[in-house]
Amino acid sequence: MTLLAVERIKLFSTRSPWWCAALALVITVGITALIAANTSTEFPLTVGVTQAFYTFGMYVVLVMAALAITTEYRFSTIRATFLAVPNRISALLAKTVVVSLLAGVIGELVAFGSWGISKLIKPDVNIAINTAQEWRNVAGVGAVFFVGAIFAIAIGTLLRHTAGAVALLLVWALVVESLVGIIPKIGDDIQRWMPFVNGNRFLTAGTEPFPGEPVINYPFGAWGSLGYFAAISVGLLIVAFVVAKRRDA
Amino acid sequence: MIEAIGLTKRYGKTVAVDDLSFSVAPGKVTGFLGPNGAGKSTTMRMILGLDRPTSGKVLIDGKPYAGLHRPLRTVGALLDAKWVHPNRSARAHLRWLAKSNGLPARRVDEVLETVGLTAVAGKRAGGYSLGMSQRLGIAAALLGDPQVLLFDEPVNGLDPEGILWIRNFMQGLAAEGRTVLVSSHLLSEMALTASDLVVIGKGKLISQSTTQEFVERSSEASVKVRSPQLGALGPLLVDKGFTVRDNGDTSLSVSGATSDQIGDIVAANGFVLHELSPQRGSLEEAFMQLTGDAVEYHAEIGK
Ligand SMILES: Nc1ncnc2c1ncn2[C@@H]1O[C@H](COP(=O)(O)OP(=O)(O)O)[C@@H](O)[C@H]1O
Ligand SMILES: [Mg+2]
Repeated sequence: MTLLAVERIKLFSTRSPWWCAALALVITVGITALIAANTSTEFPLTVGVTQAFYTFGMYVVLVMAALAITTEYRFSTIRATFLAVPNRISALLAKTVVVSLLAGVIGELVAFGSWGISKLIKPDVNIAINTAQEWRNVAGVGAVFFVGAIFAIAIGTLLRHTAGAVALLLVWALVVESLVGIIPKIGDDIQRWMPFVNGNRFLTAGTEPFPGEPVINYPFGAWGSLGYFAAISVGLLIVAFVVAKRRDA
Repeated sequence: MIEAIGLTKRYGKTVAVDDLSFSVAPGKVTGFLGPNGAGKSTTMRMILGLDRPTSGKVLIDGKPYAGLHRPLRTVGALLDAKWVHPNRSARAHLRWLAKSNGLPARRVDEVLETVGLTAVAGKRAGGYSLGMSQRLGIAAALLGDPQVLLFDEPVNGLDPEGILWIRNFMQGLAAEGRTVLVSSHLLSEMALTASDLVVIGKGKLISQSTTQEFVERSSEASVKVRSPQLGALGPLLVDKGFTVRDNGDTSLSVSGATSDQIGDIVAANGFVLHELSPQRGSLEEAFMQLTGDAVEYHAEIGK
């Protein structure tokens, strides 16, 4: 508990988490508002449409989570941390919990903010959140942000450098996971095992695919996909912690 | 009490610290002396459990750093004043440190007061001058009121006023019975600050002793001899096997002999003496000799 309080003080005593949270919200809610305003009978507003742009906020949050650890290496405050708490795994775990929880909260704000603005713009369209699938689609965004933050912290801990970690994360989540599907023959087979693709699957399972969206034959159901995404992220985190424990700070 | 036993650290092919054993006792300032690149910082990082020794170990009060419960209460360290997030205030920096070791929030205000940063404690640490950063680092080291303190080159880049403040401060800490280890590559500084010296060169231990002993043992003691008959006296002393140097001002420096021996020789041969005085080599000279990157200065003459 003490260590969680320590990491909370650290996180909120610089301004960058506030900026990241604000940026994630503004971008996602802003784009959703534009799209909602342009929905029509051919392209109707649905709960799924209000959540279709969560990835924009997620990229910002992935960067924030990676920065939470890489800036500690950049300014050597990681050494001050390990001096205060020589049990490195405890210290890093506390940071992961605090940062991921913040990511989860930002995820919920992004999701309900996007839904809320859509409702404001098109008050006559019924986008009430009723079914379990709809709840998963909206409230589940927080869970995906939470798990994504764990993934990002693992990468940040392994690479230690901000530029490298951010580049790897964005290239991975934005480019690799979507383009891997176009590799002939094996592409689809690889893509269905990609972590962020499975995170997305958790949110969208049971909805109609958007026009042009590739249809993937997923290995798991909705919750299984989230579990798989979490397992990959936690596995990566364990590797990162073992490396951080062994190497010189 | 700090005890290093066979401490060794290799970075790839570089041997930064080589089978180093020494101990640091409480109640005095111990200087950790060596030229740049000698391995001082590396040793300090190993003492603090930041770098893993390739072999050997180092104990603080009989335990490795990682074995200390709430370590800031036992050990305070200032290795680099820049280990602070530039956008975090001094108070926030100390607040999380205090929290992590179960120290009351009032300790933060106390140490800020001690180092004289109270007025600027709410400002971002990135805007501090080097002297202020250094004070913040010291405040962090003092937070847990530790019995063991480590400072790595604390006076580097400070103005004379800052240097004096830190010097007095460290001596005050030692006078309270604490163990204080201070590294420096400057002899002159250590001579003023430290009563004991651990001297290293190229990662190896060169000597561990009191500062005074170090000087006596290592700097070649010489005797200054002034006489109107140097032309005859010089060769005589060389014949006796002493090293003689002409100072060029009608005096000779004789090393390898005591003033008693020289006085006896002078009297036995009926020479006149105007001065016979033992000279102490400077700490700087001793250091240069021992760490090996000094020019040999005692040329022989009189032959
Ligand atoms: N992290 C590191 N990686 C590689 N070499 C290092 C590292 N840290 C120190 N060294 C090398 O080890 C030697 C000792 O360095 P250091 O401990 O910083 O000396 P000092 O503090 O006495 O100036 C130097 O040759 C330095 O280049
Ligand atoms: Mg150094």
